[in-house]
Amino acid sequence: MSCKNDNRPNYQYMPNMYESVGYETYSKSTAFKNGVEAQLPVEGTISRGHSLYDYKDTNEDYELAKAELKSPLAANEIDEKVGKELYNIYCGICHGNRGAGQGTLVKREKILGIPNYADRDITEGSIYHVIYYGKNTMGSYAGQLNEEERWQVTAYVTSLRNALIK
Amino acid sequence: MKKSYQKLEDNSINAIKQMTHCNLKFRALFLSFILITFLSASLFAQEGDATAGKTLFNANCASCHKLDKKATGPALRNVEQRLLEESGLDRDWIYAWIKNSSAVIKSGDAYANKIYNDYNKSAMTAFPQLSTSDVDNILAYTAQPKAEKPVATATGAVAENSTGAGSGISKNVLLAALVILFGLLAAGLFMVNKTLRRFASEKGIQLEEKSKRTPLWQAFVKNQFLLLVTAIFFLLASGYFAYGYFMQVGVDQGYQPVQPIHFSHKIHAGDNKIDCKYCHSSARVSKTSGIPSLNVCMNCHKSIYEYNGETTAEYSKEFYDGEIKKLYEAVGWNDAEQQYTGETKPVEWVRIHNLPDFAYFNHSQHVSVGGVDCQTCHGPIQEMEIVEQYAPLTMGWCINCHRETNVKTEGNAYYTKIHEQLSKKYNVDKLTVAMQGGLECGKCHY
Repeated sequence: MSCKNDNRPNYQYMPNMYESVGYETYSKSTAFKNGVEAQLPVEGTISRGHSLYDYKDTNEDYELAKAELKSPLAANEIDEKVGKELYNIYCGICHGNRGAGQGTLVKREKILGIPNYADRDITEGSIYHVIYYGKNTMGSYAGQLNEEERWQVTAYVTSLRNALIK
Repeated sequence: MKKSYQKLEDNSINAIKQMTHCNLKFRALFLSFILITFLSASLFAQEGDATAGKTLFNANCASCHKLDKKATGPALRNVEQRLLEESGLDRDWIYAWIKNSSAVIKSGDAYANKIYNDYNKSAMTAFPQLSTSDVDNILAYTAQPKAEKPVATATGAVAENSTGAGSGISKNVLLAALVILFGLLAAGLFMVNKTLRRFASEKGIQLEEKSKRTPLWQAFVKNQFLLLVTAIFFLLASGYFAYGYFMQVGVDQGYQPVQPIHFSHKIHAGDNKIDCKYCHSSARVSKTSGIPSLNVCMNCHKSIYEYNGETTAEYSKEFYDGEIKKLYEAVGWNDAEQQYTGETKPVEWVRIHNLPDFAYFNHSQHVSVGGVDCQTCHGPIQEMEIVEQYAPLTMGWCINCHRETNVKTEGNAYYTKIHEQLSKKYNVDKLTVAMQGGLECGKCHY
C-alpha cells in the first residue's frame, strides 16, 4: 500500500501543523550553549516541591545520616502499596522483591554480590542516603524517585528488612 | 603321572606366587595413590573449598570485586599471593581486613590506607558474618587459575559462518543448474519438433494449418459491455489504492529508525525483565515518558561491561560489547580505571513516537491514573530488538480505545460519587472513558 521507507518518518500533509513551534522534548536547540533543549535547573534554585539534602556524598556524612536522619513521613502518610510498587520497579530487579538480594539480574548472573538486607546494619537514614547518592556499585536513584517517593521506598525497605530479620 | 602332576602343581604355585607378587605391587601402587590423593585432599582442606568459595564470593564480594578486572575495588585473582609478594601481608591481615576494614585503616596500617585512598575512599563493607574458613574458601576460589576461554566456540562460529556462506553459494549453483537444465529441455523439445516436421514433410503428410480467428483484443474492443465493466473495475481499484495511499500519509506505523546506540529492548525488558518504568521513570509522573539519562544506564552497566546472553549471526557478542563501549564513551566512563573522565557527549536518539503539535497526550494520565500497560500502545516492546512504532497513533485509533476501555473505578474514593451518577445516567455497570468525556474535542485539542 505504501512506498515509505521504515527508516524514515512518513510524509505529512501540513508539516506546519505537525511540527511544534516550541522546542520538542529532548530536541536539539540553538537557544542554549550546549545545544540541547533539556537543561539542568539554574544553579542556586530549587524546583517546586523539592528541598535541599544537607548530607554530602562522603563516608562521614553516610555515618551521620545513618545515625540521625529520620523520615519526615508520619506513620499515616506511609503507603505500603506505593512503596512496594516503586521498590519492585527500581530496587527489586537487583535486591529481589523480598530484599534477600535475589533479584532477576542476580539470578541471571548479570550483577552479583547483592547483599541480603538482613546482613547489613542499615537504618532509614542510611537507606535514604544510599538511594540519594548510591553506594559503591549502586548508582543514585534521585533522578528516578522524588523526595517523597524515596521516603516511601525507605519505609518499605525497612519493613522488608524487619520481615527478613524475624 | 605323579611327577607330571607335581610339575603341574609346581607350575600353578609359581603362577600364583607371581600373581600375588603382582598384586602386592599393585597394592603398593594403589596405596601410594590413595595416600597421595588423601594428602592432596588434606592440603586442599587446609586451603579451603573453591566451589564453596565461589558461592560466597558471588554472594558477598562480586558487587565490588571482579576476579580479573578492576571494579569498585581491586581485582582479586591471586590476591593472597599478590599481597604476600608485594606488601608482605599474610592471611591474618586479610582476615582482619575483611572482618572490619575501617578498623584496619584507623589502626594506621600503611597498605590499608594506601588502598583506601587509591580507590576513591570507598569504604569496604565490614563482613563480621564471614568466618575464617569462609575467607579461606573465598581465597581458594580467587587462587584458581584463570579458565581459558573455550576456543571451540569461536571456531564453531566461524565454521557455521562458512557453511552459511557455502549454502548461499550452493543455492546460486543450484539455480544456475536449473536454468541450464530447462534451457536444454526447451532446446531438446524444439529439435524434436523440427525433426518430426521434417519426417512429416518427407513422408508427404499435410499438417493442418491454423485457421485465422479475430484476435482477442479486437473482440474485446468490439464488446462495449465488457469495456464498460473493465473501466468501472479499474476506476474502483485505483480509487481504493488512492484512498489507501492518502490515508497513510502522516501515519508512521512501522517506523523503525536506526538509533545511535543499538539498545535492545528485547534483552533489557524481555530477557532481564526490567520494568519499563525503571528507565522511563517520568512516564509515571509527567507528560513525556522520558528518554533515560545515561546515569540510569550506568546503574547497571557500571558492573555489566560485556554481553553474555544469546547471540545470533547478526548480533554477536562483539557487536553488543561494542554498543556498551559506545555508552561508556558517551557518558565518559573509563572502564579500565573505573572512573568518570568528565568528557561526555549527548547521544542523539531518534524519536520514534511523535504526536502532531495539535494533539495533547499525557503519559502519566494513562500510565499512573488509567493503569494502562505500556504494551497496549507500544506493542510487544519486550520482543523488539529494534523498536518500531506499533500503533498508528491516528485519532481514530485513540477514539476507538476510549470507547472500548473501561475506567478503573475501584479504590478511587475521590470520584465515587461522580462514577455512581454517570453509571446511573448511562444505565451501565462499567463506565468507558468515552462516557466520562473521553471523546470531547477539547480534551486533546486545545
